Amino acid sequence: MSEAPSGAPERIVVVGASLAGLSAAHALRGEGFAGSLTLVGDERHAPYDRPPLSKQVLRGLFSPDTTLPRHPDLNAEFRLGTPASSLDLDARTVSLGDGTTLPYDRLLIATGTRARPWPKSDEASLDGVFTLRNRDDATKLSGRLKAGPRRVVLVGGGFIGFEVASTCRDLDIPVTVLVRDGQPLEAALGPRLGGLVGEIARERGVDLRLGAEIERMEAEGGRLTGVTLKGGERIEADIVVAAIGAVRNVEWLEGAGLAADEGGVLCDGYCRVLRQNGDIVPDVFAAGDIARWPNPHQDEALVAVEHWGNARAQAKAAARNMLAGPAAGLARHDHLPDFWSQQFGLTIKLVGLTEGADSLVIAHGSLEERRFVALYGREGRTVAAASIDSARWLPAYAAAIRERAPFPPISDAVDQPRLRIEEP
Amino acid sequence: MSCTTLFEQVLDPDNRANPYPLFAELRRQPVCRQEDGTYVVSTHAEIARLISDPRISSEDLPDPQKFRWTGHPITDLFVRPIRAEIRRRHQPFIFRDPPDHDRLRGLVMRAFSPERVRRMREETTDLTNELIEKFAGKARIDLVDDFSYPLPVTVICKLLGVPPEDEPQFQGWATQLATALEPNQRADAETQAKNEQCFTEISEFLRDLIAKKRDEPQDDILTDLANGSDSGDADTERMNDFDLVATAVLLLVAGHETTVNLITNSVLTLLRFPEHWQRLRDDSAIAPRLIEEMLRYEPPVQYRTRLAIADIPIAGVTIPKDAPVVLLLASGNRDPNRFADPDRFDPDRSDNRHLGFGGGLHYCVGAPLARIEAEVALVALAKRLNNPRLVEDPPPYRPGASLRGPRHLCLSFDGIAAG
Repeated sequence: MSEAPSGAPERIVVVGASLAGLSAAHALRGEGFAGSLTLVGDERHAPYDRPPLSKQVLRGLFSPDTTLPRHPDLNAEFRLGTPASSLDLDARTVSLGDGTTLPYDRLLIATGTRARPWPKSDEASLDGVFTLRNRDDATKLSGRLKAGPRRVVLVGGGFIGFEVASTCRDLDIPVTVLVRDGQPLEAALGPRLGGLVGEIARERGVDLRLGAEIERMEAEGGRLTGVTLKGGERIEADIVVAAIGAVRNVEWLEGAGLAADEGGVLCDGYCRVLRQNGDIVPDVFAAGDIARWPNPHQDEALVAVEHWGNARAQAKAAARNMLAGPAAGLARHDHLPDFWSQQFGLTIKLVGLTEGADSLVIAHGSLEERRFVALYGREGRTVAAASIDSARWLPAYAAAIRERAPFPPISDAVDQPRLRIEEP
Repeated sequence: MSCTTLFEQVLDPDNRANPYPLFAELRRQPVCRQEDGTYVVSTHAEIARLISDPRISSEDLPDPQKFRWTGHPITDLFVRPIRAEIRRRHQPFIFRDPPDHDRLRGLVMRAFSPERVRRMREETTDLTNELIEKFAGKARIDLVDDFSYPLPVTVICKLLGVPPEDEPQFQGWATQLATALEPNQRADAETQAKNEQCFTEISEFLRDLIAKKRDEPQDDILTDLANGSDSGDADTERMNDFDLVATAVLLLVAGHETTVNLITNSVLTLLRFPEHWQRLRDDSAIAPRLIEEMLRYEPPVQYRTRLAIADIPIAGVTIPKDAPVVLLLASGNRDPNRFADPDRFDPDRSDNRHLGFGGGLHYCVGAPLARIEAEVALVALAKRLNNPRLVEDPPPYRPGASLRGPRHLCLSFDGIAAG
């Protein structure tokens, strides 16, 4: 184990200039850090907000410039368009793609994820095949949607895919969604609620195909003309959007000796990264999508939470701990995961983690009305709550989840049907 | 001292000028049962928790309006029971739970659009300056009667779409009905009779006005609520007349008394700490922070009463089903476990998550409007009143313990500056 960092840091480097990186920078200054602060980003854009990209930006309601507000006194150096290429823990330096080397006293790893590319590279490079993760993706795709494509084929049953499908319907563009396994949004919401959102998408005109996969794409002169599904059906389309998950940006850490792999960068509950042998690296921290950490709300299971709220909370915790001297205690990152999505005219919110849930109750409203709070239980404990268009009770359930309250946690409440425990 | 009678002392008008030492006593037991079975919640964490707990209802609170025989059989046996039933079913949404609450509040939020509220800034500025002009030549004013009272009622009338000639009438009704929002206020028979009379009059007036808004739609909130709107993603439904009248009365009363108190409490506090008055005079950009701190330090709504509809274990106590629950917002705002040095008025406070506008489902719909009104009013007063002084401190207070504020606030000053 390396020795604990001695003295107050003078140079802090943040690798990753997105929500987590910028939030950490703000938190560092907020905590009184007055030394040199450098943010390194592979994109040329100043830190920007991603949630609008699949919604308002794609629909053309917002400009693609979703730059995050920056405090006028942030006083940080931004090295944008220059990805980090390697890390030397002993020398305490980060090397950048342009050949420069940055020494640090504390380092924050916040390089996040990128869109998982379409696995067949010849198809991925076709004109008309897109992924959606960053501003440039959204700008290009938005332009193509404006041109009025015959049909968009969306691959993937996750939130981004469904938000894009919803945007297509808002723009009156025919859209087919291919979900390979199970129900849409199943990973986050379970099959029951995922199925409901799928039903709503169908009512809004989405051609939803479950258990469907692309066999091959067809093109003319390098331009996509359609896809053929496994089973032989051909669908004419000008655009394919592959929303098939994310890949963590860990390649630059290869050889650094950290416990980092495709699952993320392993860190402890205080955001300090771990070496491959499990030792804590006391001067290197991680936050945001890339961090994989023991979640106290999930029996200390190692999770990476790829949500906006976690990026901010974890960045804050990391910033505090980067500055904590030996006397001051470290702050445990005990954020309860939460996220929201807007699609098909609905606002969906979730707190907690539904993974492993074995029971579900509707605690307020009803599935029929499409306005409800659903609670998830695992082994008799409350682990998550999801709402559609009725999020205002969620804080009460978030408290119940934090306390690992018995399931279901609250009965005889306002606007509550008779509680019936079902499969999730 | 046991906390079981402390809340009674909070209600005692003799303690109106400074209830805060009583709150500090109450906070020793965050959730405390009173002798009458009411549970008083006085700490920030517990209030924040209960305010968004689905076992806390805003409906079916004990009805302060006791039935009295008039001696006319038709009135007593038919007209009044029917009227009472209609009123029970069409309570304003502040006294309702989901799903009705959400539907009604949603319609109001749509009509109370940010755009519409923003547009009120200019009108509020003009009104403010008109009121201040009238101070010219005087050496002393009553801020309440001469300023804080007339301003919000005019603003809410304009927003709702009440014709200017009916405003004085409306102001009278607002004053009378403010007592109806005051829980634990055991009104005497005369006040109750007046309230009822007043409610009948304003309902008739509003029904006529609503009919006019349906015939000749205008750009105002009543028109939107009466006709529904086809803006946005979906057509919104029209509100029925009973709900519409209840909503309009609510907006009038809740938007009025509270704002009067916010403005008056602000001036009182700033004159008690004149360095902040001077700061505002020098730099109007401080106003928003100052108002947030005011909402913490002297919130116009000191508490709200709700009802437990299930047993609720909290802070070592179980609030039993059917118990009235008092959420003492003003005490949560002074909780030293949430705010450092809570009894200090400090506009530079960071992370000022006060309970001044409540929280959860029933978070104040009018918060953005109240902020604009208070900001415009305070900035103008600070700029234009030369050397204002409090004539009487503490000033006389209105009887209400929940909607708490001075009845009069006499100021002397050395003339007004140009606007």
